[in-house]
Order: sequence, then structure tokens, then C-alpha cells
Amino acid sequence: MTTTTVPVHTDVELLLKKRRPFGVWFKDKGWRHLVGVIVTLFAVFPLLYVLSAALNSNGTLAGTKGLFTQVDLGNFIKLFSDPSRPFGKWFMNTMIIGIITSAATVFLGAMAAYAFSRMRFKGRRMGLLSLLLLQMFPQLLGVVAIFLLLSGISDVIPSLGLGSQLGLIMVYLGGALGVNTYLMYGFFNTIPQSLDEAAKIDGASHVQIFFGIILRLVTPILAVVALLSFISITSEFVIASVVLTDPDSQTLAVGLYSFVSDTRSKNWGIFSAGAVLAAVPVMALFLFLQRYIVSGLVQGGVKG
Amino acid sequence: MTVSKTTNDAGPAPRVSSGGQPPQRRATKKSYSMESLKGTLAKIVLLGLVDAFAVFVLITLFLSQSWVILAIAAGVTLLVNWIYLRKGGLPAKYLAPGVFFLIIFQVFVVFYSGYIAFTNYGDGHNSSKEDAISSIQLTAQKRVPDSPAFKTSVLKQGDELFLLFTAPDGTVTMGSTTEPLSEVTDATLDGTGKAVSVPGFDTLNFAAIVANQTAILDISVPASDDPAQGSLRTADGSTAYAFKPNMVYDAAADTFTDVATGDTFTDNGQGAFANSAGETLTTGWKINVGFDNFVRAFTDPDLRAPLINVIAWTFTFAIASVILTFSLGLFLAVTFNKEDMRGKKIYRVLMILPYAFPVFLSGLVWSGILNPQFGWLNQTLLGGAEIGWLTDPVLAKISVLVVNLWLGFPYMFLVCTGALQSLPNELDEAARMDGASAWRVFRSIKLPLLLVSIAPLLIASFAFNFNNFNVIYMLTGGGPRFEDTSRDIGSTDILITLVYKVAFGQGTGRDYGLASALAIVIFIIVATVSAISFKQTKALEEVNS
Repeated sequence: MTTTTVPVHTDVELLLKKRRPFGVWFKDKGWRHLVGVIVTLFAVFPLLYVLSAALNSNGTLAGTKGLFTQVDLGNFIKLFSDPSRPFGKWFMNTMIIGIITSAATVFLGAMAAYAFSRMRFKGRRMGLLSLLLLQMFPQLLGVVAIFLLLSGISDVIPSLGLGSQLGLIMVYLGGALGVNTYLMYGFFNTIPQSLDEAAKIDGASHVQIFFGIILRLVTPILAVVALLSFISITSEFVIASVVLTDPDSQTLAVGLYSFVSDTRSKNWGIFSAGAVLAAVPVMALFLFLQRYIVSGLVQGGVKG
Repeated sequence: MTVSKTTNDAGPAPRVSSGGQPPQRRATKKSYSMESLKGTLAKIVLLGLVDAFAVFVLITLFLSQSWVILAIAAGVTLLVNWIYLRKGGLPAKYLAPGVFFLIIFQVFVVFYSGYIAFTNYGDGHNSSKEDAISSIQLTAQKRVPDSPAFKTSVLKQGDELFLLFTAPDGTVTMGSTTEPLSEVTDATLDGTGKAVSVPGFDTLNFAAIVANQTAILDISVPASDDPAQGSLRTADGSTAYAFKPNMVYDAAADTFTDVATGDTFTDNGQGAFANSAGETLTTGWKINVGFDNFVRAFTDPDLRAPLINVIAWTFTFAIASVILTFSLGLFLAVTFNKEDMRGKKIYRVLMILPYAFPVFLSGLVWSGILNPQFGWLNQTLLGGAEIGWLTDPVLAKISVLVVNLWLGFPYMFLVCTGALQSLPNELDEAARMDGASAWRVFRSIKLPLLLVSIAPLLIASFAFNFNNFNVIYMLTGGGPRFEDTSRDIGSTDILITLVYKVAFGQGTGRDYGLASALAIVIFIIVATVSAISFKQTKALEEVNS
């Protein structure tokens, strides 16, 4: 019965489509476009606003009335010409810290996930469970203890203590296992174990299996974890603000905050220029790898 | 056939097929041993580097005589070598690096927070009693009432900071904490007659002075080798005054005596010296205070009312954020879950842009848009109105929620779209055949199924928003401030911003003990809520299956 009614049904729809009154169209699709336009405006407006402010070189906060009334690059030039506000350095620091941390996070997490997924050992279940438990205590909460720990490390090895970017990276790596290991663990389990066993029979060592077979097959999840940790590290403010005190070693989050918090209205245009430059790499990466991220998010729910 | 003994002992025992293939096997074995040699070399080099660093750390620890840490570090070094040099124990080889960082910067930090929560650690209570006593002797110097003002510049040579003084009569002297005052003749003066630089030394500019503020405040230049002569100090890096010691320590009685007034200060049992009137010396020491921090948080009149407000708002904020972002996200997901709709992809890309924008910048950008005096919303959209979007307690809360909605809805949109598309189409068709309306299908079939997969994410989102520091701190800084407290606490402060302000805030002094106690409170709340709701979702799963 259904096989006969379906084509008839679509025929009727096609007929309707030809001389469909506005009301019907609106009820079917039009309202969806209306919702789409309104929400898109809400989503995009602040971004257009900051872009417009960045391109308007005589803009204080009070001065930016219309959008894109003036377009020039004055703010970007001013942004890089003030030595008390080393934007270029902030940018490089953020990139370096973000890239090293996310690369190391991926590596440490993948090794742990490999162990949990492919090996059976005493304490394996306990290990997975305690990783889950530790997630309840985000590093953010331990910021006081981290500060005091690093100030203790400063007394012994100053280059790893307070004020050092290497110290900050180490702190971030403390959170490398955990959520990431979970995401990867799930993905590793989907790779059939018979592959490793075949390789093993052919005489491959565990290192060869790990680097040569597994890591190649799980590239999508590695990309997701790398990107997510890169995004969260570049936005991280609390720990970075406590650890990095010297303006030259700060990250964008710390530097731009301190720059704008005192003189919000006066330097608005310059801040906007900085914000645009800071956001571009992250947004580009995000849109580029969008599809992977979405699947990763649905599985793990990392950033809420 | 014989199974060659290998160093490789990964997980499941190697399966060996009964039909051996001798020629092939020999070939792969050869290449395997080549690889193995390379691997061994890499291992030796890496382990060597780690050990070299470890030895450096151990020597430094030995020189600084920190015996406990030295013992622990030596133990860890031995453990690492044992893990990587022995045969077998493969899982440990893969887990060790990650676990190493996890234990120091996550596990240890959790326990250390717990420990700090039970101490009075903070400004004025930084160290041991011995340190406090010597520090009081050094620092308990009073500004000489009629001291002239010395114009001051801060100089640097190597790592040491020096102060360069210009006396009112024009005499130029300099010194540091370790070097008593000496006269300088080759200093360069600026227009006002203030000495600003000396050959061989770098002069610190204003930004550098601000960055090194604490170090500069600590500089106390002895007037001569005799401590009774007092010292010169500066509070701002530009003017200095003469100070004289006024506290004398009596080791036998464990008391300090004020030279000027004759007051005696005794150990008050709370990590400080106090006189009979209850006044304490500012420098105290760290002691365990039991549950004092927790008790203080809920009884101190300056803290109790604001804290209760903050806790209530934290819950409101987290729950409302989850509900708002989820509702909008789900609504959009349903709206755009129509296959023959044109422009769907464009809407989708534009709508997830806020999610791709770095969070700290979102808060700052919105704070500009919503700024009551100059913001675009008041100035342009509302034609010069002065609505206190960020300064009125209620409006500020609404603004925070709207901004967080802006930040969070794309995520929920993506997640709900994914979940909706994974629902089988037959369900929809079957229900329609039975005559259910579109709303009914959604309400009774799709939503419950959706919640099964989304519920854990909602709980995670709650836990995340409970500690959503960046939005609050970048947008309002926690303000507008409460009027019934002298502390820097405001209507949009959530617990985590309060922790940050108590520990590192400007003005009120750092109180690590109280901050850690509040962090422990947050931990307990989040853990309880997560545990309960995860149980609930398990129940949900069972109902549906």
C-alpha cells in the first residue's frame, strides 16, 4: 500500500509547489528562514562589531557608532608600535605554548589510550575510573596550590617555576590525560585488534605497532584532541595570569585583558585590532576542521 | 616450531599460527632486530637526557638542603629508570610520562589544596615562625616621623636591584639590600635635579617598576653597617624615606617589645604576635587552623551574606545557562533538521562562529558593546540611553546570561543536530501513521530519546558553567559590587571568580587558606551534583531501553 501512495503524495506536493501561496510556504519553510536570519544576526553581530572597530582607526569606544563607517589599518599599526604592550610577543607566546602543549597532550594521551585499549594489566579499570574521577576537580580549582607549588619549584629550578612558560606548559600537561584519554580510548577500541596481532606475528615490535599502525589509523581523533586542547589553552586565563607576570612572557589572554581592563574605552580600536588578529588563527582552524570537531564533541562533550 | 624470545611482551599473548613460514620469518626477524637496535638507541638517548636533568635537579636540591624533596625526587628518578630499563611492564612504559605530570599537577594539587584549606596561609602568614621572627626584626622598622623625602630611581645590575637616592640637599647616594648606602658622584641628573642613572647600571622605567613592584618594596637599604642606624625604603619606586627599627625580640620569653611604647607582643596561638590589646604584628607564620576557614566563610559578617548570594547565583547561572543554551540549540536543531531547506549550511556555519571565537575575547568584546556610558547598545541602538547593562545588579545578571547564551548555543546546536540525525526515521514515520501530530512525535518520542544521549553532556555543561570563570571575569569582573561588605565581591561573582579574587585579588590581601577552602566547597558541590545526576541518567537509560 505504501509503495503506491508515496509517489502520489509527492506528485500532489509538486502540484502544490507550483502555485503555493505565501502562507503555506511560510508555514513549511519560511519561518525557518526567519529564525535563521534572526539567530544569525545575534551570532554574527558582535563579530562584525569588533571587526568594524578594528578597522576604524579614530575609534574610541564611544566613537564607534555605525558599523564600517571608516576602513583603514591604523589600529593594526598602532597595535605593534607600543613597547609597553608587546602584542607580537603575546601572539608568539600563545602560539608556542598552545602548539607545544597540544602536541604533547596528544602524544601523552595517545600513549595512555594505547595502553588502556590494547593491554590488560592490573589496575587498568582502577586507572580508567580514577581518570574519570579526577575530571571532577578541574585544574582551575587548584590554582592556589599550583601557584604555591610553582613558587616552591622557583626556589630550586627558577627556569621551571613562576614566570616561566615551560612551567606553565608542565602545569597544562597535568591535565593532558583525563578527558582526552577517554576520547582517544573510545576511538582506539574501534580499531580492530587483529591488525596489531597480524603485525606482531610479522615481527613488529610494540613501538612499531604504535607509531606505524595505530597512530596512523586514529589520525582524526588526534586532530580533534589537538585542536580542542589548542583552543582551550589559548583561551586559558586563570592559571596563565597567575604564573606569567612579566609582560614579555604573557599570553594573549592575559596581555589583552590587562591592556583593556584599565583603559577599556580609550584604546578600544587597538584592542579590537588585537582581538581580530588573536581570533583569526583559532577560528580558521576551527572552521577548517569543523566536521571532525563536531563528531568529537558529540562523543566527548569537552567544551561546553 | 620454537617461539623466539622477544623483549616485546605486549598485552595479549602473541598468537602463533601452526603453519610456520621459515624463510619469511627469518627475514622479518632480521629487520626487527635492526629496528630494535634503533629503538634501544633512542631509548638510551631519551633516558639519558631525563637522567641528566634529574641529576641536575638532585644536585640543586642537595645544595638547597631540601632533604624530603630530594628523597622523593631520587625515588622518582630510580622508578623511571626501573620502568624503562627492565624487561616487561609494558603498560607502565606507555603510561609513565602522562601519569608523571598527572600526579604532580593534578593529584598532588588536589591534596595540596585540601591541605592549604586547613591553614592560615596567605599574606602575613607565608612561612615558618623562625622566618617570621627574623623578618619582623628586619622589617619592623618605623618611618622616622620627620624624615626628609629622598627622590628615588630604581637601578639594576645583573639580578640585583639598587636604589639611587637624591637627598633634598642634592647629595646622591645609592645602595641595595646587601650593600649599605654609599655616595655617588658620577650620576646623571634629570631636569628636576633627580639622579636618574649611574654608569654600569640599568635604570628601570615605569613599566618595569610596576612589574617588579614586590621586589622593590622589599628593598631596604641599610644606612650603615650598624642595623640600629635604620634604613631607607621606598613604597612606590620614586620617593624614599628613612626608617628605624622599633621591635626587639627576646628569645627566652618568645616576645617582641616595641622600643617606642614598651608594648610587649606574645605568640597568640593563631600564627601571629599580639599585645594585650589584641593588636597583632603584620608578619605572622603559617599554622594549621582546622576548620577555621570553612567556619569563617559562613560566619564572618563581612563574608557570610555575600557568600550565600554568590552560591545562589552560581547555581542560578549554571542551571539557567544549561537550560537556555540547550533550549535554543534544540530549537535550532529541530528548525534546521529539514532536508529540503535551502541555505541550511550557510546558517549553520554562521551560527557556530561564536563557538569558534576565543572565549576570553567574547567577554571583553561584549563588555564593550554593553558598556553603560560608551557601549554600542546604549549609544547607537538605544539612541544615547544610559541603561546600566553591566552596573545594575539585575541587568548585569541578565547580560551575563545572554552573553553566555551567545557563547554556548552553537555547541548545543551542533550536539542536538547530531543526536537528532542519529534517531531512526522509522520512528517518525510509524508515529505519523498512527496519527500523531508533529509536536506529539517530538514531545513523546524524539525528546526522550534525545535526552538519553544528551543528558551526560548537559551534566558536563552544568559542571563547566559552574566554573565558567572567563565569561564572568571578562564581562563584569564580578561587579557591580555588593554594598554590605568591604571585600571585592559583586552580584555576578560566581564561586570560582571569588576564589581567584580572594587568592590573588588586589587590595584586600591574599588569603590562600580561605580561597582553597572555597575551592574545596566548589569541588564538593560539583562532585555531588554530578554523582546524583549521573545516577539519574542511568535510570533514564534503563527506562528507555
